[in-house]
Amino acid sequence: MALFARTPVAPLEYSRTLWMRLWVGAVMVFLYAPLVVLMIFSFNDSKRNVVWRGFTTKYYEKALGNDQLVEALINSLTIAALATLASLVLGTLAAVLLWRFRFPWKGAIDGTISLPIIVPEICLGVAFLMFFAAVGWPTDLVWPFNLGAITIAHITFCFPFVTMVVRSRLASFNREQEEAAKDLGASEGQVFRDVLIPHIKPALVAGALLSFTLSLDDFVITYFTSGPDTITFPVKVYSMVRFSVTPEVNAASTLLIILTVILTFIALKALGVKAIAETH
Amino acid sequence: MTETAKPIIQIQNVSKRFGKVTAVDNVSLDINAGEFFVLLGPSGCGKTTLLRMIAGFELPTEGRILIDGQDMAGIPPNKRPVNMVFQSYAVFPHMSVADNVAYGLKIAGVKGGEIKDRVAEALDLVKLGGFGERMPDQMSGGQRQRVALARSLVMRPKVLLLDEPLSALDAKLRAQMQFELSELQEKVGITFVTVTHDQDEALSMACRIGVINKGEVAQLATPSDLYEYPSNRFVADFVGSVNIFEGKLTLDEPDKAAVDCPGVGKIYLNHGVTGPHGADVWIALRPEKIYLHVPGEGKAVRAAAQDAPDGYNFARGKIKGMSYLGDITLFEIELESGARIRVSRPNLSRHDQEDFTWDDKVSMHWRADSPVVLLG
Repeated sequence: MALFARTPVAPLEYSRTLWMRLWVGAVMVFLYAPLVVLMIFSFNDSKRNVVWRGFTTKYYEKALGNDQLVEALINSLTIAALATLASLVLGTLAAVLLWRFRFPWKGAIDGTISLPIIVPEICLGVAFLMFFAAVGWPTDLVWPFNLGAITIAHITFCFPFVTMVVRSRLASFNREQEEAAKDLGASEGQVFRDVLIPHIKPALVAGALLSFTLSLDDFVITYFTSGPDTITFPVKVYSMVRFSVTPEVNAASTLLIILTVILTFIALKALGVKAIAETH
Repeated sequence: MTETAKPIIQIQNVSKRFGKVTAVDNVSLDINAGEFFVLLGPSGCGKTTLLRMIAGFELPTEGRILIDGQDMAGIPPNKRPVNMVFQSYAVFPHMSVADNVAYGLKIAGVKGGEIKDRVAEALDLVKLGGFGERMPDQMSGGQRQRVALARSLVMRPKVLLLDEPLSALDAKLRAQMQFELSELQEKVGITFVTVTHDQDEALSMACRIGVINKGEVAQLATPSDLYEYPSNRFVADFVGSVNIFEGKLTLDEPDKAAVDCPGVGKIYLNHGVTGPHGADVWIALRPEKIYLHVPGEGKAVRAAAQDAPDGYNFARGKIKGMSYLGDITLFEIELESGARIRVSRPNLSRHDQEDFTWDDKVSMHWRADSPVVLLG
């Protein structure tokens, strides 16, 4: 075997051409450079956080010691978890309903179910603000019930995503499997549990990931629906940034990024990355 | 067929309409317990709809279906004593082979130990012993079909329904599975009802065949009766290959008959037809029942053909087409009138295919009991 043996670049082997590598590199920089800068500057030993003044981890201690920030983070995670659960159930049921049955107004429902995705967030936010005011939604409940309004708002814009993902997965379902299960004695419920749910599982995981991340970083709608005692993480970060961009904000954001990455990783591992790719 | 044969499935005046389309049109037939019954027909003839009505996935628009004497009206698929092997096999992809086979038993509430025994038994039956832990995506199409078979057989149904069971397999495997399915059916003694569009499949496996055309039963017969005594042009043409000539019945007596076919000549038969005199009829003649000769063998041909009381079946022509298939050679022969006849000839020795070639003048004869007279 010759030391410098190189197989020639095949016509469709774009990943080995120079221009393609440069292009991919440029895209990577464009996508991730801001995040990398944010993470690096979370270790910056400077209050103003404009120029590098040396390495420190004290802003992490400060961020974790900031009760308001931690409380906001816990609120955000709670809302995201609740909204994800509710969206999964609602979204899956809606998808199965639209896929499986024929009923009056199906076209209209099919068309409007994704409206919360299309309508500008600011409109949705204002709508929720007015709606909760109009129905006199109580703002003085104890935790976690005080998060009710925000959670409901989040469910509204999260579950259409679940419906979309699950529906596209359902399109590839072989109805003969359903018939086979029934033929072997299964009831409608057993067919749903034993055949349909396993088939759409990758879509459920994808939908859950989407819902969770969408809910976690939502700012606009949350801003309009949060009460004085129900600050979420993005809203808190915004209020901190209004005074000055300190490394504390960077540190908190870095922690959030790491948390999201870990959660995504676990979800993908639990299912196998291949199954996620199969969803589309 | 024994005299005690009793129908396990009774289809009585069943019709199925999808909107304006009639898929099944007033079908009545009985399927006997323990037989291998095949529904044969071209695609879209309604045979699969009939099968799905037996399984309960479609409901008859009219008529009723009885299984083991019990009317199936209002009984959903999961409560019927039949199981089905689907065309796509519909093996559950997220379950291991053993779990697939065990699924029906689990639903039925069979105890764990018994499930294990019966699953192992069923897998052995379809020659998949030891494959229990595999996942379906690690198996070939043929193996997946065996899983589907085992999954149905393990339920010990009264009737096993198979929807185009061999259509997705390659030719070699299909031939092997035809034998295996027949063998399996004899072993387990369950009534099999199979749907297919493949006549070879039907002829090789069935006890009885129901030929379906445009939603109606065209003929119900054993494989050899179906082939040798087709009752109408559709069956004669659909099952096997055939020459069909139109003609007039000019002679019809108890022991002889003759049909005058323009372009072919008079065709003699050594039995009566009991059709109206002078009626338009059709003659069906299978290509393998025609003997091919080099001209000049006249005397021998005449002697061989001399089996009809009033004449003998003889024709002359020229070879216009030939296709060598190994075991047989197919000839397309143009008669002097321009009519064409298909003849097949077995290659009994290694050089038989060299006996004839394009544009050779040939003579043909066939026995007086070979042509079938069709009235419709």
